[in-house]
Amino acid sequence: MSSAAIRTAALTRRFGDLVAVDAVSIAVRPGEIFGLVGPNGAGKSTMIKMLTTLLPPTSGRAWVAGHEISAQPARVRRSIGYVPQALSADGALTGYENLLLSARLYDVPRGERARRAQEALALMGLRDAADTQARHYSGGMIRSLEIAQSTLHQPAVLFMDEPTVGLDPVARRAVWEHIRELRHRFRTTIFVTTHYMEEAETLCDRIAVMHRGSVVAVGSPAELRAQAGPDASLDDAFIHLTGTSIEPGGGYREVLRTRRTARRLS
Amino acid sequence: MRSYAPAAPRAAYREPGGAARFINHVLAIAEAEVRKLRHDPFELFSRAVQPTLWLIVFGQVMARIRGLPTGGLPYLTFMTPGILAQSVLFIAIFYGVSIIWERDLGILHKYLVSPASRTALVLGKALSAGMRGLSQAVIVYFLALLMRTAISVQPVHILGVLVLIVLGSALFSTLSMVIACLVRTRERFMGLGQVLTMPLFFASNAIYPLGLMPGWLRSISSVNPLTYEVDALRSLMVQGGSSTFGLGLDFVVLLAAFACLVTVAARLFPRLVT
Repeated sequence: MSSAAIRTAALTRRFGDLVAVDAVSIAVRPGEIFGLVGPNGAGKSTMIKMLTTLLPPTSGRAWVAGHEISAQPARVRRSIGYVPQALSADGALTGYENLLLSARLYDVPRGERARRAQEALALMGLRDAADTQARHYSGGMIRSLEIAQSTLHQPAVLFMDEPTVGLDPVARRAVWEHIRELRHRFRTTIFVTTHYMEEAETLCDRIAVMHRGSVVAVGSPAELRAQAGPDASLDDAFIHLTGTSIEPGGGYREVLRTRRTARRLS
Repeated sequence: MRSYAPAAPRAAYREPGGAARFINHVLAIAEAEVRKLRHDPFELFSRAVQPTLWLIVFGQVMARIRGLPTGGLPYLTFMTPGILAQSVLFIAIFYGVSIIWERDLGILHKYLVSPASRTALVLGKALSAGMRGLSQAVIVYFLALLMRTAISVQPVHILGVLVLIVLGSALFSTLSMVIACLVRTRERFMGLGQVLTMPLFFASNAIYPLGLMPGWLRSISSVNPLTYEVDALRSLMVQGGSSTFGLGLDFVVLLAAFACLVTVAARLFPRLVT
């Protein structure tokens, strides 16, 4: 296969008459922080669900870490980490217990589980909260714990769906630092969806802009800005490309889910 | 059994065999559940209320009738295994709501993206429900001893009862997960759960013998797994108790029903997150 960390070829998903993802072909380089931006309902979450094998595509193909998502879903799952948009740490377990559970589900050898969990806690600045139930964590701490959980097995590719939604600016910056640190230490390829242009601009090496199921532009933040004209901001570039402002829109369910996540985080 | 090559290039894991991995995944999920209960055991205490009411109020009153053909057993002794099976059923049948809850929270997404197979996830959850069911055995044994009911406290009988409780909880919680996968929202699930519990309970030999039932009800009860669970419990729990169908058949029926439900649930599980 190709040397890309993620490659899609005309990847498509329909829900009845709705084409949520329409023949998307992208390639993500190994070790890259790749951002997928677009208004609510553009198809970002559907893309992530297909690439993480949660949702089968209607047509087209995709390879993650060299494995085809429909033909080899088990291999794909062994190669990736996933931080869902909703808060996926179990609030009834302590931070350390959450990590142990993930380590076992990801086949980290018994003798290494405790050491890796401790290392991850230290890396994420959660050592003092290791034995506290996650339900007492702040939003930023939960996200940090989830990043630790999804990278204990040192995945080749990490998927994050709106990782900083609902976080205050300080926590948001801390999450960015963790993401950069992972890439720096393990050369993990990171695929992140986001609403926030500032986040895309400061964090991502390259960005794909999605609009109504299609990718309408791919490039570095500077390249995308240049398309919208001199002195354009990334916001301007986004409006130029999609013809819409990023804030409004989105289905009722999606807004509800985002609000629920935001409420739990605050 | 398929063996997978390590997919993550930098991760130099010694890959355990498929069966060992599978068991490890199942136990990981069940262990997490036990840890949760240890952090917050309040739920277990609140679950003690229902069997207590059935045995002390309903049981004491019904025992005065002395008209039921219970095969020579005092009515309280007869119904004690039935009430244990019933209280385990009532907990298990609502287990699916916690699966929907975990789906809403995003916990389930993370399970489904892990390398653990769908079958391992379902079995792990079923075993978790079994752990919860065990608390009911403790409560009912305690009440039975308090009321001087003639129950057996031989270790081998108690061990058999515990195995049955885990199996029965696992079976009905898996049925509950199947329903959760089909209805997918908490509101619809709660409605269906209510509709299911009473028929399962009344169309069984839990609080009256099969011999008293009209023919149609006896036919229904003969395909109700709860009947076989109660039958096996009665033969193990009651001093000098005996089984109507034979302990072997009871276990075969329960295991077969459980296996079918696990297969169905594992197939339906991914539906919850799409």
